[in-house]
Amino acid sequence: MTDTIPEGARAGGDGLMVKAEKVHKSFGRVEVLKGIDLEVKPGEVMCVIGPSGSGKSTFLRCVNHLEKINAGRLWVNGHLVGYRQKGDKLYELRDREVSAQRREIGMVFQRFNLFPHMTALGNVMEAPVRVKGESKAKARERAAVLLERVGLGDKVGNYPAQLSGGQQQRVAIARALAMEPALMLFDEPTSALDPELVGEVLDVMKQLALDGMTMVVVTHEIGFAREVGDSLVFMDDGVVVEKGVPREVLSNPQHPRTRDFLSKVL
Amino acid sequence: MSDSVSVAKSDGPGDGGRPEAIRAVPVRHPGRWAGAVVVLVLAAMFVHFLLTNDALDWPEQRKYLFSPAVMDGLWGTVWLTLAAMVGGITIGVVLALMRMSANPLMSGAAWLYLWFFRGTPLYTQLLIWGSIGALLPTVSLGIPFGPEVHTWETQKLINAALAAALGLILNEAAYMAEIVRAGILSVDPGQQEAASALGMSRMQTMRRIVLPQAMRVIVPPTGNETISMLKNTSLVAAVPYAELTWTAQTIYADTYKVIPMLIMACLWYLLLSSLLMVGQFYLERYFGRGTSQSERGRSRLRALGAIRGGGGGQ
Repeated sequence: MTDTIPEGARAGGDGLMVKAEKVHKSFGRVEVLKGIDLEVKPGEVMCVIGPSGSGKSTFLRCVNHLEKINAGRLWVNGHLVGYRQKGDKLYELRDREVSAQRREIGMVFQRFNLFPHMTALGNVMEAPVRVKGESKAKARERAAVLLERVGLGDKVGNYPAQLSGGQQQRVAIARALAMEPALMLFDEPTSALDPELVGEVLDVMKQLALDGMTMVVVTHEIGFAREVGDSLVFMDDGVVVEKGVPREVLSNPQHPRTRDFLSKVL
Repeated sequence: MSDSVSVAKSDGPGDGGRPEAIRAVPVRHPGRWAGAVVVLVLAAMFVHFLLTNDALDWPEQRKYLFSPAVMDGLWGTVWLTLAAMVGGITIGVVLALMRMSANPLMSGAAWLYLWFFRGTPLYTQLLIWGSIGALLPTVSLGIPFGPEVHTWETQKLINAALAAALGLILNEAAYMAEIVRAGILSVDPGQQEAASALGMSRMQTMRRIVLPQAMRVIVPPTGNETISMLKNTSLVAAVPYAELTWTAQTIYADTYKVIPMLIMACLWYLLLSSLLMVGQFYLERYFGRGTSQSERGRSRLRALGAIRGGGGGQ
């Protein structure tokens, strides 16, 4: 059951972890992404900020093909996302092939989306056992290590409803890491948390960044972006307005829209 | 700020210690007492009626309660209920998935099925199954509109038992389809996204993530359906097929003791539906795991146990 990614989908992306080229996305008549060009190098932590409705979450969802893009090209780890190219023609990938691509991308959601009928351990074990075909014993052992790593070694048997928001989000991070992804996507991972729980999640993410994980983080945590991010992207109205080194963008924004946004959140 | 702190301190336990516990005169509820008296009188009258009314003829009931004829009828009721629910749930899941299909022909076909089977009375449907030979004299296997490989006489192929079961199954499937569909729709779409993002296939997502959560919504109405079905089996007299009520009728056709036999049938139905309710309770608890609902369920069981134990236990 381990599908490999088809040959035609390989090649391209220029050795980058994520490469987006003129990506457009519309919902009905509303164009949410209006030509996004972005590059994420292996090991890079890119933070994406911007007002709500600017398209930053949509972009993240396009990267692992939860949304289909309407125009442009997206590569992750050298694979064209969602399609196979033969000559000039694009072929849609089958569900199985899309699933295979998603295995190298971990995603953490704003609302955690833990499986409520499984314990913390069950949540982390599920994908390795079902998708990778790992033995239950091995998956359990690895899941316990991962939960330990996010500081929840004593909560393995708890159901999500018995955990705080911050603990749930840390389980969700462990769950994504269990698939040993090459890239982690975070969609406003702390926005649904009570203020006093934000820190514990950011700490786990910071440790992950220090361990060399490639991360794209959509966030409102400017402090995190400044401290942990290698690059910062400001999006507004479906376009990348400004990008650069976090410290520089934050202290000396070049574009008036960036300045306007930062003046409201800082 | 410093003001409020000092106020809090002076009222705190450190100064005056714990205040005296409140001992107030409770509000009287004369209405409750009056209601209780009425209920008790009515209950006493009912017990008196049960014990003294000769028409109930308890000895006659006891005579037939475990008789072979009644046992046969009871078995008919039990297997029809089980077959109807197992078959109904299976076809119902297929119909539910068809209704949610993106293919309009699939969802249209499922809708048409539901329209017919929910729109006509079960009793009438069972009468049709009883005369299925008149509607479809033969059943053939072959290529549609082409040559036939083998032909059976419907009357021989579908006996009364099969007609009764099919009638109940096909009707139940229509209701189960809606229950299953509601259950699947009740699961947060974020669950499917999370499963997809982990690389799980659609089948895996349905089986491992969506259906187990949908069960929480599906089980309670399915329990109701099972209890309804237990009683609806009595309608297969329309086919006709012998189950509990039919058996009771055949007995009183000989003995002319109508009421004792019908009450006896009621007692059997009550026993079976009580068993089903217990089963439903455990199923609900199992599928409610991980939610606060399951905690509430557990305390409900404790309450139930207390009632059964006469309230004084432990």
